[in-house]
Amino acid sequence: MNLRRKKLWMTVTLAVLAAAVILIPAPALAANPIERFVMVEASQYAFTPATLHANPGDTVTIELHSADVAHGIYVEGYGVSAEAQPGQPVAFTFVVTESGVFRLRCSITCGALHPFMLGRLTVGPNWTLARAAALAGLAVLAAPLAVRRETA
Amino acid sequence: MNRVSLLQIPWLKAALKNRWPQFTISALLMAGFVFAIVAGLVGTPVGSRNFGIIAVWIAWWAILILAVVPVTGRGWCSVCPIPMAGDFLQRRSLLGPNGGRTRGLNLRLPKLFRNIWWQNAAFALMAIFSAAILTNPRVTALALIIMLVAAIGMSAVFERRSFCKSVCPVGGFIGLYSQVAPLELRVADAAACASCASKACYNGSEAGYGCPWGTFPAGLTRNPACGLCLECLRSCPNDNIVLNLRPFAADLEKPAARLDEAFKAFLMLGAALVYAAVFLGPWGNLKVAALAAGTWPWLGYAAAFLLICLALLPGLFWVAVRLAKRMAPAKPHTARRHDFAQAAAALVPLGLAFWAAFSLSFVFANGSYLLNVLSDPLGWGWDLFGTAGAVWSPLYGSWTVAVQVGVLALGAFGAARVAQRAGARGGLHPLPVSGYSLALTVVMMGLLL
Repeated sequence: MNLRRKKLWMTVTLAVLAAAVILIPAPALAANPIERFVMVEASQYAFTPATLHANPGDTVTIELHSADVAHGIYVEGYGVSAEAQPGQPVAFTFVVTESGVFRLRCSITCGALHPFMLGRLTVGPNWTLARAAALAGLAVLAAPLAVRRETA
Repeated sequence: MNRVSLLQIPWLKAALKNRWPQFTISALLMAGFVFAIVAGLVGTPVGSRNFGIIAVWIAWWAILILAVVPVTGRGWCSVCPIPMAGDFLQRRSLLGPNGGRTRGLNLRLPKLFRNIWWQNAAFALMAIFSAAILTNPRVTALALIIMLVAAIGMSAVFERRSFCKSVCPVGGFIGLYSQVAPLELRVADAAACASCASKACYNGSEAGYGCPWGTFPAGLTRNPACGLCLECLRSCPNDNIVLNLRPFAADLEKPAARLDEAFKAFLMLGAALVYAAVFLGPWGNLKVAALAAGTWPWLGYAAAFLLICLALLPGLFWVAVRLAKRMAPAKPHTARRHDFAQAAAALVPLGLAFWAAFSLSFVFANGSYLLNVLSDPLGWGWDLFGTAGAVWSPLYGSWTVAVQVGVLALGAFGAARVAQRAGARGGLHPLPVSGYSLALTVVMMGLLL
């Protein structure tokens, strides 16, 4: 096999692998959906607990308590939110469907670092990160091909 | 390597040679710059409701890092308002060239300043106060005032745009990342420059000012030395200046082995990683420590920031480069410092990708605050356009994550490609530097995704 043909095969192989990384669906979890109740305390500038865990299909109820000033919680990817004054907790419920990591953001201006008051909702394994790392690896493997092709 | 001269387009050449479009943009930006200072000083102290914070750290930053730098390189420097006042003091003219005459002490910048170490120091200083600068309108105003005063002061003492070239913390990283941009200003024929008697591009003439960046265009091989002010285009008597479209990262084909630029790359890379943890992570104590300037927790944060940027990342890279030297089939005799600095060119596309991915996370999530501050820029209860009460709504979704992944993968690809090319020239095996870049990319992905 000449060099050019070899490079072509390597390029095609990497492209197929990249397509597979992007397109192959994540394996479904065997765990049965459950109801989860989480009490989240918001204070400048963090949610406690900082990371919530759930599995796809779970029904999650978040009870938000504000410890200092008024805070809100907005669940990225699901678009649900609630706002709580100190001493007046609020609860809301939603069903998580997609796996991945979603940011929890404070939705009421609460101080200097308000735009960066974040938490995380982790739903099942973080397949997005795994896919992203695999794509980065493939990109690094593809680099020598691009260089050789130019200098050939 | 293929280049296409944009100046073959007649209307574009005419627009770029004319001073009015560039001056108009700079003047408008100066108005915005001054208003950002005023808003910072007299407006609401709530950052997300103050024009100074939102216009500078959301709007300007997004445009700069996501579009202007990757596409035009130093395009921002071309219209930046900060040197305007200093230029006027030196030239006593806003537009018309004055035949090369300059005012002020006009001293040559001391050799100690003819590098980007001072820009590195200025950036590091701003970076350790970044939580306060990014969120407190008063501190943002103070930072802008310091930059303006420093630029004017240096123009009064030193020749040309000394502040831009050697001190500006923003110009430092724009210069570093301008090497990735597919745009370059060069000369068409270096021999024509050698035989040119007037060297009007450098000395100035009735047609244009001498290069404000102190660069002789015939010697220009990399973008960081050119501020894209376009004065040489106006002053060249031989019509020998070209503005080329070129392949991405062309400057990194033969990277300069400069230690100051290498440490700029580490500072930027480290800052992107630390900021991703501080501003986008769920760790409240870390945020509070970064904000509380002058306290013990802040000192710990600042020390950790500097250690990561100036010791940990360079230290690990040093090990990778030594390994690369050992693994290389041919080992030309080069100094270790040279190998280290040359190999660090791989971190330029990587760092730009880190900053773009990091910025996507907070710019789109907080972009809707622009609507509020456009109607009520000072937070005084105005409602100029009826959008003062717009409800915060993040423009963020799965598409943002997909773009972030693509940008980071592209950065890793660019780093590996530069490592491959620079390694072939410098006798370094590309694998360790590519592995270092990939490992940092995965860490960044872990922080962002």
